[in-house]
Amino acid sequence: MIKCKDIYKTYFNSGVETPVLFGIDFEIKDGEFVAIMGPSGSGKSTLMHILGALDTPTSGEYFLDGKDVSKLTDDELAGIRNSKIGFVFQSFNLLSRATVLRNVMLPLVYADISKEHRKKAAEEALEAAGLSSDRWEHLSNQLSGGQMQRVAIARALVNNPALILADEPTGNLDTKTGEIVLGTFQELNRKHAHTIVLITHEPYVAEHADRIIHIQDGKILEDKKNHQKRVATHIYQ
Amino acid sequence: MKLIDIFEETYFSLVSNKVRTALTMLGIIIGIGSVIGMISIGQGAQGTIESSIQSIGSNLILVTPGAQKGAGVQVSAGRGSATSLKQEDAEAIAKEISLAQAVAPEISRRYQVTAPGTNTNTQVVGTVSEYPAVRNIEIEEGDFVSGQNVNGISRVAVLGPTTRDDLFGENADAIGQSIRINKVDFKVIGITKSKGGSGFGSQDDMIYVPISTAQRFLAGDTYVTTISVQAKDADSMTELQTEVTNLLLDRHKISDPTQADFSVMNQADIVATASSVTGTFTILLGAIAGISLLVGGIGIMNMMLTTVTERTREIGLRKAIGAKRANISTQFLAEAIMLTFSGGIIGLILGWLISLAVTQFAGIATSVSLSSVLLAFGVSAGIGVVFGYYPARRASGLNPIEALRYE
Repeated sequence: MIKCKDIYKTYFNSGVETPVLFGIDFEIKDGEFVAIMGPSGSGKSTLMHILGALDTPTSGEYFLDGKDVSKLTDDELAGIRNSKIGFVFQSFNLLSRATVLRNVMLPLVYADISKEHRKKAAEEALEAAGLSSDRWEHLSNQLSGGQMQRVAIARALVNNPALILADEPTGNLDTKTGEIVLGTFQELNRKHAHTIVLITHEPYVAEHADRIIHIQDGKILEDKKNHQKRVATHIYQ
Repeated sequence: MKLIDIFEETYFSLVSNKVRTALTMLGIIIGIGSVIGMISIGQGAQGTIESSIQSIGSNLILVTPGAQKGAGVQVSAGRGSATSLKQEDAEAIAKEISLAQAVAPEISRRYQVTAPGTNTNTQVVGTVSEYPAVRNIEIEEGDFVSGQNVNGISRVAVLGPTTRDDLFGENADAIGQSIRINKVDFKVIGITKSKGGSGFGSQDDMIYVPISTAQRFLAGDTYVTTISVQAKDADSMTELQTEVTNLLLDRHKISDPTQADFSVMNQADIVATASSVTGTFTILLGAIAGISLLVGGIGIMNMMLTTVTERTREIGLRKAIGAKRANISTQFLAEAIMLTFSGGIIGLILGWLISLAVTQFAGIATSVSLSSVLLAFGVSAGIGVVFGYYPARRASGLNPIEALRYE
């Protein structure tokens, strides 16, 4: 479960104070599929960094999986990211000269998990992300954009995280491939009950989630259930 | 993060950029290779010089005419310029100084020597029967100059193996043959055993004749060019040196030792002087090679810094998925150390090949010492740590958010 309590974030840059978030309050239950939507400059990226334990709030509390992570050190945050969060980025961020399997196993290297377990977990994650096994030994720079994002999704799944955080996951993909990636998230949410937070500026993408939190100027403008949920397929045609 | 994982990550990132890895390593390879090669040449030269000084005998004190002119083994005095030592001085040393175990005066000059059909220019040493014992000379065949030869002013000669080869051909039987030195006929009675060494001053390119014969037929006077005095043991060298100096000062009626018309050199001093010269030489060579090693190290730092910049996004990703600061810095440090370490091993082999090649083609003895190997390894590992530390720190200090955004 995720709980944000009155979160403020202000950046201090060479004496200039830039307030970004003004009292963000919300809760996300286990197994929810939530979209955080807002135009650029709304503070959604900053919120994503806090949710992803990449950054800490200036004030307020953030509970992830029941643990207050708002006042941890850099290395403690790294541990939290490693065990509780799976990231999916807009630009995939794969190690281009490494094989698919190696990329997916990477988080487990930092989790001190034995080699056999790593391989097994990676294969399961790739299976769940829907990448066919004949691609697993390919170098990641030999894959298409959609396949790369599936590898990235598998990498996010591999440590069995409490939260999957997807930052504009369809931003670098064409509409059709983007649909499939969104379908994959829906499938993971439905079938495996993964908690997913999707950050996007596109209402169309946000409409694939069950709940939409609309952010503007560092505040929550609207937090509602999505009644017109778009359902996408996760299967390649 | 386990050690094996660090190795794997390191290995992976080094082999995924083979050309750059190889080029970076080249700096270290050349650096370590030249350090090992140069030091081996220097130390080989040192060993050769020391052993050639030792080969003239042990516990020796050399008395030469004229003022001390440095550490040269033979201060070759031109005729008439330094004629202050006489054979009587040598006899007096033998008689009056009990510490002197053996005394061998000699008169040596270069002459043109002819045998039927050939001729050579070589060092002719007029000496006494004690000479082989004092100067460590062994006889291969025949006999050395005997006391009887000296008393009888016999015209007999003992040849060094090189001289024999020059005059009569390689390993020819020269005993009983006749040679002409300075237009005087001598009969060859013996050949000395080879001592090795080549070039100017080789102990193998010599002719030994009785001192009396040399004085009468070759030099025409009774001055000697060197008196070799052998001490009983190494401990009595200094005392013997003092006694010989005092005796000769007394005989030459000189009261002020600084005005002495002869010089007394201790073999240990000669070795020390020669060693310090070759030692300086070794340090010089090593220092030049060390500079190239340093340049190699800077090359590694340069490449690591480039790598950190190039891999900023990768570092950001690794941090985002849970790498701690120490994981990142260890990985980059391990990469630098792995580079220098493998470069060090290849450089070691290269240096060893250089020293082999120098021995093979230039004929200079070389020795790759354990200390130079350890030094080179220590330095290369040190370079890895020192020059890898800064880039590794920079990598680990990157903010994951900014690193992920880096284009």
